[in-house]
Amino acid sequence: MIEKQVNQKAWFMVLPVFLVVAFSAIIPLMTVVNYSVQDTFGNNQFFWVGMDWFRDLLHSERFHDAFFRQVSFSAIILCIEIPLGIVIALAMPRKGWGVPVCLITMALPLLIPWNVVGTIWQIFARVDIGLLGHTLAALGVDYNYTQDPVAAWITIIIMDIWHWTSLVVLLCYAGLCSIPDAYYQAAKIDGASRLSVFRYIQLPKMQRVLLIAILLRFMDSFMIYTEPFVITGGGPGNSTTFMSIDLVKMAIGQFDLGPAAAMSLIYFLVILLLCWVFFTVMSNIGEERSKGGA
Amino acid sequence: MRWKWMLPTVYICFLLLPIYWLLNMSLKTNAEILSTFSFWPQHLTLDNYRVIFTDPSWYSGYINSMIYVSLNVIISVSCALPAAYAFSRYSFVGDKHLFFWLLTNRMAPPAVFALPFFQLYSSIGLFDTHIAVALAHCLFNIPLSVWILEGFMSGVPREVDETAFIDGYYWPHFFVKIFMPNIASGIGVTAFFCFMFSWVELLLARTLTAVNAKPIAAIMTRTVSASGLDWGVLAAAGMLTILPGALVIWFVRNHIAKGFALGRV
Repeated sequence: MIEKQVNQKAWFMVLPVFLVVAFSAIIPLMTVVNYSVQDTFGNNQFFWVGMDWFRDLLHSERFHDAFFRQVSFSAIILCIEIPLGIVIALAMPRKGWGVPVCLITMALPLLIPWNVVGTIWQIFARVDIGLLGHTLAALGVDYNYTQDPVAAWITIIIMDIWHWTSLVVLLCYAGLCSIPDAYYQAAKIDGASRLSVFRYIQLPKMQRVLLIAILLRFMDSFMIYTEPFVITGGGPGNSTTFMSIDLVKMAIGQFDLGPAAAMSLIYFLVILLLCWVFFTVMSNIGEERSKGGA
Repeated sequence: MRWKWMLPTVYICFLLLPIYWLLNMSLKTNAEILSTFSFWPQHLTLDNYRVIFTDPSWYSGYINSMIYVSLNVIISVSCALPAAYAFSRYSFVGDKHLFFWLLTNRMAPPAVFALPFFQLYSSIGLFDTHIAVALAHCLFNIPLSVWILEGFMSGVPREVDETAFIDGYYWPHFFVKIFMPNIASGIGVTAFFCFMFSWVELLLARTLTAVNAKPIAAIMTRTVSASGLDWGVLAAAGMLTILPGALVIWFVRNHIAKGFALGRV
């Protein structure tokens, strides 16, 4: 690693970005902080309530439930999508006409607007008009995602796998393509098994992109809003009301500014904390491995 | 090993099946959708698409979406270029903190920002304009652009800069004439990602618009909640939102694998 040149004038180059992001991040965030410590009777009259909203929220059943649902959803998504993505990336062709076909079709779900993804799955999974729902009903499976919480969860999880596994696949594929052929030849000469090729050549080479994949998938699944909102609207009951849905309901539906603002801040802090932990742990592992390997 | 191709094939079928079903629905009449169940349209009709292309409240949605997405791509990429250069070449006071702070905005849930954005843009009179949505999407697109471009720029050897400066180039001249052609594919990939995340986002776009700048995605949700769901038109509108994405993928298909790794393989 070459030392970077110290140059304070570089701040001028960063300034436009800083100003635009500050305008659209700091001002709104300050508004949220402001609301989270005040109460209002309307007419723009606010008074100070201190930490009350935070205390109420942290003790409320509703928040605990939404938080628990959110964490389990993200955990399930990561456990399925990451291994599945790696396996598919390993099986993808490296040359020939199959490559563009795979890449283009796999990238397609990523560019569909999120509510259209919801609509597609709504149409696909409905018992009366959907292929999936109709087939399951014909097979005698009791499946109705608008009434059965388990079916609703399964539908949303399968939809998320459909929507986002490609991201993991494409990232891993890029990592695999960057491995020089010489590595595989050396492994062949050494008589390495398929498993040890994966363990000692492919996995370490994919580590950087896997880190990005896990981070992106975690962040986006933790913030999921549009797709479950379109498919189930948070129901049946509250069974698929994730944090974002609950938050929007509170802020824009009921206009409870104080609690909504307090929830926003806790939500944001949780995401920041988890991302930071992820990032530190993963990069530490990376450093140790590169030291050990050298 | 002979059966290796099976897995991607099965996966691609799984990906295409729901999209095929949407296409199937969009070519049927509403009566046929609700009365009979068939794997392909019995009475092929393009009526659903005609509704969208003739009704201004439908097609204006596509135009609005395109306008704010393009604005966003232009703003994000042009702001991010010099900043990414600064991050990849120089060290300055607070650079690491600034970089992490930028990334935290990519992690911020849009739901947190929906209400404050609404108030902010209403108070400065930008509510229901394309530029408001474009600026709001900059919140997550600029950090992403900086991140991707920084990855690509770090791949360009430093000698390129030094030679150019010795040859007497001024920085702006050097940057546009020599450096940007070097990372052209990186810029393409960045624009692709900005397009992608701005095109697929709904929550902020819907919160910040009412009539004049309403995106197609929001128009579709309105139709869902209206009485008497018109599944055929809804499916046709959905198909038409997939098209721009497919076109953009076609243009960047050669960079797609490396692009998704954000220049960091």
